[in-house]
Amino acid sequence: MSLTLTVNGKSHALDVDPSTPLLYILRNDLGLQGPRFGCGLGQCGACTVIVNGAAVRSCITPASAVKSEITTLEGLATNGKLHPVQQAWIDEQVPQCGFCQNGQIMTAKALLDKNPNPSDAQIRQGMNGVLCRCMTYYRVQAAIKRAVKTIAGRTSGKEVAA
Amino acid sequence: MTTFTAIPRQIEEALDGKTSRRDLLKGAGLLAVSFAAPRAIAQSAPGPYPEIDFHQVDSWIVIHADNSATFYVGKTDCGQGTGTSFRQIMSDELDIAFEKTACVMGSTDITVDQGGSGGSTAMERDSWPMRRVAAEARRVLLEMAADRLGAPVDQLAVSKGVVTVKSDPSKTVTYGELIGGKKFHVALTGNNINAIKGPAPVKPVQELKNVGLSPQRYDIPPKVDGSLKWAVDVRLPGMVHARNIKPPFAGAKLVSIDESSVRNMPGFVKVVSKGNYVAVVCEREEQAIAAARRLKVNWEKPATAPFPSSEQLFNYMREVAPKSSSRPVVIGDPESAIAAAPKVIEADYDVPFQGHTAISGAHATADPSNGQMTVYSNDMKSYGMRRGVADFLGMPHDKVRVVWMEGPQGFGRTAADDAGCEAAYIAKELGRPVRIQWMRNEETAWDTKAPAFAVKMRGALDAAGNLVALDYDARSADYNHVGYNEPDTVLIAQLMGIRRSTPAAGSASLPSETYAIPHRRMATHVVSLPLIWETPLRTGNLRDPNGPQATFASESFIDELAATAKVDPFEFRMKLLEAGSGDDAGFRRARSIAVLKAAANAYGWDRRPSPQPRGSGDILTGRGMAYSFRGQTIVAEIAEVEVNRRTGRVWAKRLVCAHDCGLMINPGSLRHTIECAMLHSLSRAIHEEVQFDNEKVTSVDWSSHPTLTHSDAPEQIDVVLVNGDPNPNRSDLAPYGGGEAACKPMLAAIANAIFDATGVRLRRVPFRAPRVLAALNSAKV
Repeated sequence: MSLTLTVNGKSHALDVDPSTPLLYILRNDLGLQGPRFGCGLGQCGACTVIVNGAAVRSCITPASAVKSEITTLEGLATNGKLHPVQQAWIDEQVPQCGFCQNGQIMTAKALLDKNPNPSDAQIRQGMNGVLCRCMTYYRVQAAIKRAVKTIAGRTSGKEVAA
Repeated sequence: MTTFTAIPRQIEEALDGKTSRRDLLKGAGLLAVSFAAPRAIAQSAPGPYPEIDFHQVDSWIVIHADNSATFYVGKTDCGQGTGTSFRQIMSDELDIAFEKTACVMGSTDITVDQGGSGGSTAMERDSWPMRRVAAEARRVLLEMAADRLGAPVDQLAVSKGVVTVKSDPSKTVTYGELIGGKKFHVALTGNNINAIKGPAPVKPVQELKNVGLSPQRYDIPPKVDGSLKWAVDVRLPGMVHARNIKPPFAGAKLVSIDESSVRNMPGFVKVVSKGNYVAVVCEREEQAIAAARRLKVNWEKPATAPFPSSEQLFNYMREVAPKSSSRPVVIGDPESAIAAAPKVIEADYDVPFQGHTAISGAHATADPSNGQMTVYSNDMKSYGMRRGVADFLGMPHDKVRVVWMEGPQGFGRTAADDAGCEAAYIAKELGRPVRIQWMRNEETAWDTKAPAFAVKMRGALDAAGNLVALDYDARSADYNHVGYNEPDTVLIAQLMGIRRSTPAAGSASLPSETYAIPHRRMATHVVSLPLIWETPLRTGNLRDPNGPQATFASESFIDELAATAKVDPFEFRMKLLEAGSGDDAGFRRARSIAVLKAAANAYGWDRRPSPQPRGSGDILTGRGMAYSFRGQTIVAEIAEVEVNRRTGRVWAKRLVCAHDCGLMINPGSLRHTIECAMLHSLSRAIHEEVQFDNEKVTSVDWSSHPTLTHSDAPEQIDVVLVNGDPNPNRSDLAPYGGGEAACKPMLAAIANAIFDATGVRLRRVPFRAPRVLAALNSAKV
């Protein structure tokens, strides 16, 4: 049984059961450990990756169901520069323990790709299923608003001081 | 010169140049086990692993030739940024550049045993030996500089690790030049790690330059870019994966295991079982998960119910004879005062069992190579885990080490981590490295719980509305409270049939405030559920273990008394505080007054009794306050809530916290910790309850055990950091605990705000929408 997955720009031929949840292949075969096991039920978001622009819960996604390129937390930076969402996370000092933040960051990234200027209500709605037991929600939301400004500054050609 | 042998070998090697600083950090789990080269790490630190001599400066501080320093501390960081704060305070005492320091934490073979973390004591207790060691290192370095520069110490100045002769600034030498790569060979005195000291005094607060600033946490960038290797990420050659099979009913007895149900599954390695403990081991993680689901195990239900259901719990707790009762604290003559008072009110308050429900299950990886045991773990008390694993396996302590790595939260769950002993046991059985991780249903049902509380309050007001008598009587379901990876209380030991002869007595806290009330009685009792061993309702420390429950009752009741007296709840509290006189240890009462005022000012508190006249729309708005202290840390919190009278949903729109913990090391980290502590208690107030029937816990995932979400987050949080010391510029201002104190008042603040908005008093946590709606309906709101 074999399978080919493209992750963060690299193609991998794998000899695994194709029904294996994507999470375990990313973590244990490819060494991409940004996505983490939180619940295995698709309820918390700690395992989130991006496929076709959508935030996907890799713990309940069979690897064989993924036909497009996968982006993990490790693949967000470009040319060594952090994605504006990641930078906003540092500027706002978002994490406490940080274990869930893969899901927070990846879901926020997918949200902003679809809607670069979300309202507060849209941020709450879009992020609602991503759980944090250290309760960093307030800062996560602040960081998303900060990233919105940075991204808007880039697209308009202006660098906005974060 | 004395030869010291109990310096960690890795530090010796770093000094000898055999190990690079990067390897040193790797060995400490900071860079940790890389995916590409796990072998290097597994072999990097062969044992034995003796106790590290905390008397030696060399066990704590290494100064490198490039004038940088590495600090080795026996603490773990559960996400509050304590590592950064330790760097701040140690670099200040040492006078080295903060940017050129690193902090290695919590691995038992390379850091001194400060016990790991717990009780919000990182700064309050554990920063003191660090400060004194760093001050002593500075003293020794200045003496070396005096020799080198030919000038007496009092003629030297030092900044950022560069020593200069005051009268001739061209004469300089760096710490790196003086000692880089060499040992101090300096011993401190003191009978225990918290008492160690040398001749050098610590600096007055005014001379601390990094303390009080908010440098960004060094652990955040690698958490954001995915480069940090966590305890869950450890991969070792030959490693296999294990999953537990828990009894489906509390107190169930294992009858038989049908191994043939999984033997032909791909990757199957072994079923490991002893007593009622069962685990299955497979080559791959998903195989172990599948096999654990498939394995057929026959269990026998216990003859009697292990516990009442969660709906019957509080009746049970009130009716059962306590296991123990404290001797009541009595001031004045409360019974006579209550009998004589014109107005007496009574109320019962209930707080259910609440779990840690960490975002991910307990986990550890154990490597039994070379007849030793290395456990890679996020246990916040890694030193306790090392002792527990060694004793549980019957191994000498110096053959066991725990490599601490980061993991999901802490809050006391990882102080009583179960996975370390499980991984080590299975690894020893198999002779192979084993990684284990608890599944969601297992963690939610079987993690350690904060004890349920049932509290009865009575209060008496005189004709003028003054509180003259107060009676607090609390029952806590806390019997057999588990400790920290003790070999006879850790869950695997219980399931194997091991029993401690004397179960822990458990505890129930008193209210913590400084109100002056003429007549008081405060009493506590501990009750036991029928099943005390092998139960998913085992209690352990959840942050401040009893504070939120006790404060919910005491500060809700103060609000009820204020409402009965038709007095503004802020003014009611201030009157009780300002009536105080006499002994005020640590100026706790004076600081309480300052903190309450700061919270009220920050919120813009308008003075009026609660409840306010009820609004007419669907959304009713109100505000409530509560106050408490923990140790010497004083906290007042105010919540503004919106209650939807059609759905019962409660939204805390705005939260304010005024917080006085003395000397603030990193105000930025402190603010964040307080924000999150408030939200954790908000989650406990409106969502969290462990539910169970007469056989098992039925809270097993995020749907059956809801938690705070993004849509619950307040619109605004204000944290006011107060220095309420009567002499705020004192040079010996001490730091006190940060996070746990901030968890205490929020349950009551929310209940008081709901009352202010609706006129309905909720005395049973949590305030989930159906319960709130039912209360509103029965009050015809």
